[in-house]
Amino acid sequence: IATMSVFCEVPQAAPVAVFKLSQDFNNDQFPKKVNLGVGAYRTDECQPWVLPVVKKVEKIIVHDDRLNHEYLPILGLPEFRSSASKIALGDDSPAIQENRVGAVQCLGGTGALKMGAEFLRRFYNGNNNTKTPVYVSAPTWENHNAVFANAGFEDIRSYKYWDAEKRGLDFAGFLGDLESCPEHSIFVLHACAHNPTGTDPTHEQWKQIAETMMKRNLFVFFDSAYQGFASGSLDKDAWAVRYFVSMDFEMLCAQSFSKNFGLYNERVGNLTVVARDADNLKRILSQMEMIVRTTWSNPPSQGARIVAITLNSPELFTDWKDNVKTMADRVLLMRAQLKAKLQALGTPGTWDHITEQIGMFSFTGLNPKQVEYMVKERHVYLMTSGRINMCGLTTKNIDYVAESIHEAVTKVQ
Amino acid sequence: LFFIIVFHVIHITIHLTWCFCSSWWGGVQMGPPDPILGVSEAYKRDTNPKKMNLGVGAYRDDQGKPFVLSCVRKAEAVITAKQMDKEYLAIGGLGEFTKSCAQLALGNDNEVLKSGRNITVQTISGTGSLRIGANFLSRFHGPRDVYLPKPSWGNHTPIFRDAGMQLKAYRYYDPSTCGFDFKGALDDISKIPEQSVIMLHACAHNPTGVDPRPEQWKEISDIVKKRNLLVFFDMAYQGFASGDIDRDAWAVRYFIEQGHNILLSQSFAKNMGLYGERVGGFTVVCNDAEEAKRVESQLKILIRPIYSNPPMNGARIAATILNTPDLRSLWLEEVHGMANRIIKMREELVAGLKKEGSTHNWQHVTDQIGMFCFTGLKPEQVERLTKEFSVYMTKDGRISMAGVTSGNVGYLANGIHAVTK
Repeated sequence: IATMSVFCEVPQAAPVAVFKLSQDFNNDQFPKKVNLGVGAYRTDECQPWVLPVVKKVEKIIVHDDRLNHEYLPILGLPEFRSSASKIALGDDSPAIQENRVGAVQCLGGTGALKMGAEFLRRFYNGNNNTKTPVYVSAPTWENHNAVFANAGFEDIRSYKYWDAEKRGLDFAGFLGDLESCPEHSIFVLHACAHNPTGTDPTHEQWKQIAETMMKRNLFVFFDSAYQGFASGSLDKDAWAVRYFVSMDFEMLCAQSFSKNFGLYNERVGNLTVVARDADNLKRILSQMEMIVRTTWSNPPSQGARIVAITLNSPELFTDWKDNVKTMADRVLLMRAQLKAKLQALGTPGTWDHITEQIGMFSFTGLNPKQVEYMVKERHVYLMTSGRINMCGLTTKNIDYVAESIHEAVTKVQ
Repeated sequence: LFFIIVFHVIHITIHLTWCFCSSWWGGVQMGPPDPILGVSEAYKRDTNPKKMNLGVGAYRDDQGKPFVLSCVRKAEAVITAKQMDKEYLAIGGLGEFTKSCAQLALGNDNEVLKSGRNITVQTISGTGSLRIGANFLSRFHGPRDVYLPKPSWGNHTPIFRDAGMQLKAYRYYDPSTCGFDFKGALDDISKIPEQSVIMLHACAHNPTGVDPRPEQWKEISDIVKKRNLLVFFDMAYQGFASGDIDRDAWAVRYFIEQGHNILLSQSFAKNMGLYGERVGGFTVVCNDAEEAKRVESQLKILIRPIYSNPPMNGARIAATILNTPDLRSLWLEEVHGMANRIIKMREELVAGLKKEGSTHNWQHVTDQIGMFCFTGLKPEQVERLTKEFSVYMTKDGRISMAGVTSGNVGYLANGIHAVTK
């Protein structure tokens, strides 16, 4: 059987960093180890948290004999798609009332980005114009690049975003890139709780961004993975998306329900499409179907059902909002406490960014050497970029983490 | 001055209107209607109480209703009681699932599994599996050509094409016999350029229901080996075809035994009735465990930018069934039951046609296997069957046996006889 393998030339690929980090953490025997890597919510006992409303709804599903496991339509569960888009755009969205909002149920936020990217590559800025520049923030979620590259885009660039020195938004740089980029470029914008920096534009800044994008004919592609999770308020977190809709942009918005519903492994996402009118929308969705059909045929049922049942029941919807606020509040508490402890320790530098930043992540400002120290010497696992997941902090480990940061900053330059 | 103002107002209005009416998407055409979906839509609109939907590729019980397997309900109860978390799965999916998925296909004692020279990842059912496979071939396999049997599942072509591969065909179905064109297949396969990819349906060929016999598979294996072709098996109906999971996997296991390092797509949509949960697997049989590790790392790189990691629910159900002895036995019984009902309907249809007085040879209806039957009906006959009898099927004469029940098989026989006598 020792024939030449067709795959003998296949090289070993580097592991995906964030998962490797978790693996290393799991293998570590140090009793005080802390995992500030992967982006999933943890309770104060450092445990995963299945939202109480999700448990409730799962019971409803399991006991409903009318439910079966038949295929969903290609574009997904209708009551999921429409309620999910409403969450993003608001119940009273004029665009929805004008019948020019549609959606594609996708596999998580990743799947929604993928569908949007595939659609844009085929139909945006001419047909199959793979040369259209796609701009992602510097830095951004590490998978953004790969999603667009794999969809066929050849020119993926970054727009200025994080100012390492001032530990905040490089707004002038951002605006500058918007002004100077090629017309029709696609911009991937984080709707709220920017990953990995936790730094969002202010309302005034968003207005300027919108104005410039309109003027320069740039395409708006929102990535909304943390709605509700950032501030604790669904509406607050959707402000930017809704503002752009009100400014009459045709746009895409990739929504994830992984974090705000805690449904990580059920892959619940929604690509909301805001079109000029109903006719455009119809044609767009028909082409989306073609793309879905050759990728996964139709999406998974369980997660979408849970979300749809929740969003469409006033009582369960209220429960959900409470659960979301619980998560957001714990993160805010950890931010406040971490900053307070670093200040109390007299750790060099300013730590205001810890509470100014929003959402699950914080860009601590630690450099790679300091990160290495944290991981190797202190068994505190975080990304080389200095990104920490605030959810990994608990009242029990926060002192140890604060001390570790203090040591890293004072001992390692 | 008045006219100047009016002119400006009109000018600005036109300009604004143009700005707000123009769309990025003006040039996007309406996509073609899905042929099978179209059948279902037309069926829904029909008010004839005797209407039959023979388009859909999903199992129905003898009352024409969707069937949720008992083993699935039991597995769901077990899972619910465990109150597990919802943390992300690994990119390659649930380990218990991928392990038992590979075992199901290859047999527990397969040397491939023992030596660890396979990599099996969890995929979004059969489609997702084929797509990952197609992407993998596109990136790592030199030759671009994928040879499909003629005909094949309609979605094979766009899947491979979207992944950047080129589609060719080998003869497969013989319309004159409604059977396997064995000679034609061997002839065509013998001419396929070396290292091309050849797609084989493991069992219950879709759409024809025509499978090679074991002796024929052996000859196909020989010629494929001679031509040094890369084999990609699509197994969407294991257990569902004959009722016996080992029998249905025979061709896959034979080819591996014969030294083919195959690619394999598996779906649990039909055999576990988990359609909407999207449960599938993709396997690459490699030379050794080291190679399997390299291939695995690359599959992860392919999967991450599509959907990051797969959905848990269905895989958890499938794994629970496969790994819990009494649930597994129950499943085997139920799969056997589904296959048997289909086989019975085939027999009753043929008997019914005889009873109607049809003089045609309908043997292919019982020779063919699996969910689908290529009746041999011509497009005009199909049209009449739909118009006059409200029997909905695809134009190629394919019917889904799953839509046939003891309650309507007589009506179907009557209709088919009417349009073919």
